[in-house]
Amino acid sequence: MSLAECRSAGALEVKFVPDEDVLRHIADDAGVKVQKGKSQLIVNTKRFVKKLEAISDDEAQEILEEKNYVAVLGLCGEESMTNGSSVGGGEVYTFQTPKRSNKMAELASELAQTPGQSVVPDPSECPEKTARTPQSSKRSSSNQVQQKTKKNEFVSTTPYRLRRRLAAPDAQLESESEYSASCSEEEEVEEAQKEVSTVLSHQKTPAKTKAVSTPPSRKTLTKKKDNMNNLVEEYFEAHSSSKVLTSDRTLQKLRRKRLNQQTLHDLLQKSPLAYAAEIKELNQQYESLFSKWMLQLHLGFNIVLYGLGSKHDLLEKFRTSMLQDSVHLVVNGYFPSITVKSVLNSITEEVLDHIGTFRSPLDQLEFIMKRFKEVWDQAKQSLYNWLWYETTTFSPYVEETSYENSLLVQQSGSLALSSLTHVLHSLTPNARGIFRLLAQYQLENKDNASYPGLSFQDFYQQCREAFLVNSDLTLRAQLTEFRDHKLIRTKRGADGVEYLLIPVDDSTLTDFLEKEDEDV
Amino acid sequence: MSTRSLSKGCFVFKPSPKRRKVSRTTADYFREGNSDLEDSELRFATCQSLQKQVKSETEQIEEELNEQLFDNLVSFLRRSHSAFQEKTTEWTWRTKSREIPTAALVLGVNVTDHDFTFRSLSEVLQNNVTPYIALLEAKDCPGIKNLMQKLLGQLMNCCIDVGSSEEEDYEQVSHTRVRCSMTSLINWYESATKRTDSETPGKKRTSSRHWQSPPVVVIFKDMESFTTKVLQDFVVISSQHIGEFPLVLIFGIATSPMIIHSLLPHSVSSLLCIELFQSLSCKDHLSTIIDKVLLTTQFPLKLSEKVLQVLINIFLYHDFSVQNFIKGFQLCIVEHFHSNPLSILCCQLEEAKRRVNSLSHNQCENVRRLPSFRRYVESQVSEKQIALLTADSSLKEAVRKLLEDLNVYHENYFPILRCLHVFTSSLPKYPLGKQIRELHCACLENRVWETEEYESSLQLARMLNKSDLVTMLQKCVEILVSSPGREFDEIVERLKEFLTQFQKLEETYQERDESVSPQKELQKKTNLYNLQKTLLELKESRRSKKLTKFEMLRFEVVDYIDSLVRRYLVPADHKTLHEIVYFNTASVLREHLNAAPRIALHTALNNPYSYLKESSPVIYFAKCEPEVRFILRRSTHKIKCHSVFIDPLKIQQVVTWSISSSLLRIVSGQENVIFG
Repeated sequence: MSLAECRSAGALEVKFVPDEDVLRHIADDAGVKVQKGKSQLIVNTKRFVKKLEAISDDEAQEILEEKNYVAVLGLCGEESMTNGSSVGGGEVYTFQTPKRSNKMAELASELAQTPGQSVVPDPSECPEKTARTPQSSKRSSSNQVQQKTKKNEFVSTTPYRLRRRLAAPDAQLESESEYSASCSEEEEVEEAQKEVSTVLSHQKTPAKTKAVSTPPSRKTLTKKKDNMNNLVEEYFEAHSSSKVLTSDRTLQKLRRKRLNQQTLHDLLQKSPLAYAAEIKELNQQYESLFSKWMLQLHLGFNIVLYGLGSKHDLLEKFRTSMLQDSVHLVVNGYFPSITVKSVLNSITEEVLDHIGTFRSPLDQLEFIMKRFKEVWDQAKQSLYNWLWYETTTFSPYVEETSYENSLLVQQSGSLALSSLTHVLHSLTPNARGIFRLLAQYQLENKDNASYPGLSFQDFYQQCREAFLVNSDLTLRAQLTEFRDHKLIRTKRGADGVEYLLIPVDDSTLTDFLEKEDEDV
Repeated sequence: MSTRSLSKGCFVFKPSPKRRKVSRTTADYFREGNSDLEDSELRFATCQSLQKQVKSETEQIEEELNEQLFDNLVSFLRRSHSAFQEKTTEWTWRTKSREIPTAALVLGVNVTDHDFTFRSLSEVLQNNVTPYIALLEAKDCPGIKNLMQKLLGQLMNCCIDVGSSEEEDYEQVSHTRVRCSMTSLINWYESATKRTDSETPGKKRTSSRHWQSPPVVVIFKDMESFTTKVLQDFVVISSQHIGEFPLVLIFGIATSPMIIHSLLPHSVSSLLCIELFQSLSCKDHLSTIIDKVLLTTQFPLKLSEKVLQVLINIFLYHDFSVQNFIKGFQLCIVEHFHSNPLSILCCQLEEAKRRVNSLSHNQCENVRRLPSFRRYVESQVSEKQIALLTADSSLKEAVRKLLEDLNVYHENYFPILRCLHVFTSSLPKYPLGKQIRELHCACLENRVWETEEYESSLQLARMLNKSDLVTMLQKCVEILVSSPGREFDEIVERLKEFLTQFQKLEETYQERDESVSPQKELQKKTNLYNLQKTLLELKESRRSKKLTKFEMLRFEVVDYIDSLVRRYLVPADHKTLHEIVYFNTASVLREHLNAAPRIALHTALNNPYSYLKESSPVIYFAKCEPEVRFILRRSTHKIKCHSVFIDPLKIQQVVTWSISSSLLRIVSGQENVIFG
């Protein structure tokens, strides 16, 4: 990990701190600096330990139940050909739902019954600390802020997972699994964020908040009601300590401009496919199953392939090697405009050579069934005898995702821009001028969120002044042309006036105008 | 022709007529997929015949199970219909009954099986009652118009089918759209019945099969999914016309009959004259199937405990579908014959013995490789061992004998299992399970007599009262007498002996009762002191616990049952050559029937090395520092969050993850790939 690089970038850096360090740090600080608070701290921990044991017991129960269910299903992974399915249900990322809502309420009410003792950091109680925090909040080193404020955090509102680890530090230290490591890291980040926000709101220095990377606003809000009713605060406190399940650092928040399609493609192209040999071997393994699939298909079963990785190549190979002698139909489900109708049509028109149309898909289906009566018996057609085969290929989903927009690619609308210029180049200079006028007007108003568009009358006036049109009929004809190319959109306002809009985002429009200027 | 295209999602491929090779048959695929080519053709043939047998057997069972229900339905139709036929006082009848006769058919939650039931129901009705049957599904009838369309279409088609008239007629009906209204339906019905009435004697067969002026049966397959409005409209409209043609409705209900009242308001449901029919619950259905297919010696293939457990669990936890259970069993058959070269011997005993003679050397080697056979060899004396391992002929001899043993074992196993079930199923709390399948699993799993549950059930059995015990023994005798096992004569003899002993006991009791009663008379007259004394004495005697004769006998019976269990209910995998007839790769079954795609995805993303076995799995995490590991985890998080599939294998090392810029740099090979 290159620290220097990070510092120079002026970034807030996160370092891995093992659990024991955190503990030591907290214990030391508490011991040296917060002597007053120390006894309290111990009392606190003890109380928390009790509560958390109860909670974790319940959790354990849940996990146990899950495991039971898994065991009941006869999951005996040892025999499995691929170990892929040997993972128990409990270990998989789940769509989590907050199950402990009332448990939280209980916790809150319990906390509320012991008000004001230590839960809210009282400045008067530890003056040393409050004296220090302003200094540290200048943040010469962001690391320090974290560390220092962490101890503050502990006395006040430690996230409950940390508390839990305090409750059973030995067990955690022994089983230093990768998961717990990552967990702690994540937690620290959260903690740090939260903590900074807490401190800031205490000191009422809102300017500082900008330096912090977007603290969750909910927490700040709850903190601001510091002097409010204890119960309310503690309730939200308890809630806020529930797990943050997914990261809220989305790609939208990135400052760096996204790559364009080509760059991303090149980058991915350049990086070699790792473990090509193994993947090939894996695929060969699946290919050896082809004749078994054929057997099962013949015996009236259907086959589903699942697992990570594109199965396009595998299926293509299966098709070419096994299905050459039979009529078959390939349907690409990822194709964006696929419909039932198109599938049925290709059956009736191409397989059955039927010419003509059908009133509804159901009629069509009946027709197909009539023709296939001798092929499909009733039982088979009503029951899809699915057999599942795991074929994890690790092949990239190149084809399948080609219709989708990648999140890593900047949606620059280069396509839109090129089509825009393309269309306009085929128009008369006057028409171009008209569009330009509209574009400019739209850009002038781009900061106006409620900009309805340019009203037709105004537009006509402007065009006349620029000697672009001589009657509103010519303008209308021109606009119709634009509309046909989907260059503009018209909208009727509340007053019945027609408003014109270019349905292209501002940056593209700016680019377009710049380009136009160059050309001229 | 490629299947990649920007303008098309569907591709049809037809075999080119030029290079029409000899098309491969199913058997060829069976052979090709096999690593072991031994006797694949014979195996395939055996597999197919077994599949067919199982199929016909299960179908027959289903037919029998449904018979009762269908009989009831048919008689209901007859009853409701008789009113229409006796058109003596037509007007009064018409005004009186605005009610449509309706059968509410409660079928239970195993929706996947309903199709099958309805199919056989309509077959039965078609054969015996009426040609005019319409099967309606909710998904076809979003509105009353569609419903009528569908209804008329089905009715008119079916009438033509039965009338076996010319093609033209058929074309006419399907192409000229009749206006879909009740009136056209009635007109059609009148003309249709007239036609059948005026039919020539040559077509007598059809008319004799059906009733005179056959009713129109409309079946709503999935009552719950119909929209209230459609149902209401249909019921109200058709009730207006009930006097003109005999309409009968059948509602297929998955939940409870209450649904009719919650779907239809009182004003509408009062137009229906509902009779309730209950089909057999799917659990009973399954029990029958298991009983008749798995717990017999009729089919040579058996399922091991785990496999059976998987199938039952899929049934209980996923779909309640008996059809799927049978399908799973069929898959077991295919898998067993496909994967096990020795499955050639998995057939009826006589046939198997014959096949043993023609075993190739390779197959003999396969036999020698069986773990159970190895155990058997080890238990033999050394000369015999050498003979078995070197000479094919002596091996074949031994295999024949062992197969016979195995057969005898099965012949004994199932009746004794049933006998034991008679006992365990009547014990309180059912320590060994209520269903025979549970008992079967327990017996297959390990020595059942070593389990705690068995111990406790024996204890409970020792406390049974006499009448229960006697009925149980009688049942056991019945089971054993009806089963073909050879060794049961002796057992039956013994059980009968027990029964007579109980009989005798009863007689002696009666005698004693008589002798006791005067004593009681006496006691009544004694004073308090004497009474106390006698009571004390009674208590004493009880404490000393002299076993009565009955108790002695009860112990004997239970001990005898216990001895039977120990003798006959040995788990199958203790038997030599059990691999031949037992299908035991439960994991295969589970993978194919109850797959977990989510888990596969999870594993592939988290631990790709479980798939790419050959490369050392250490690199990935061992090389990484903890923080890198964290970031990797984060990156999978990210992948998850945004549903971007980044090839996890390409991520080899991660350099930094800085929060302010949310920059994740991943070094992949030599190239820095920067996400962010």
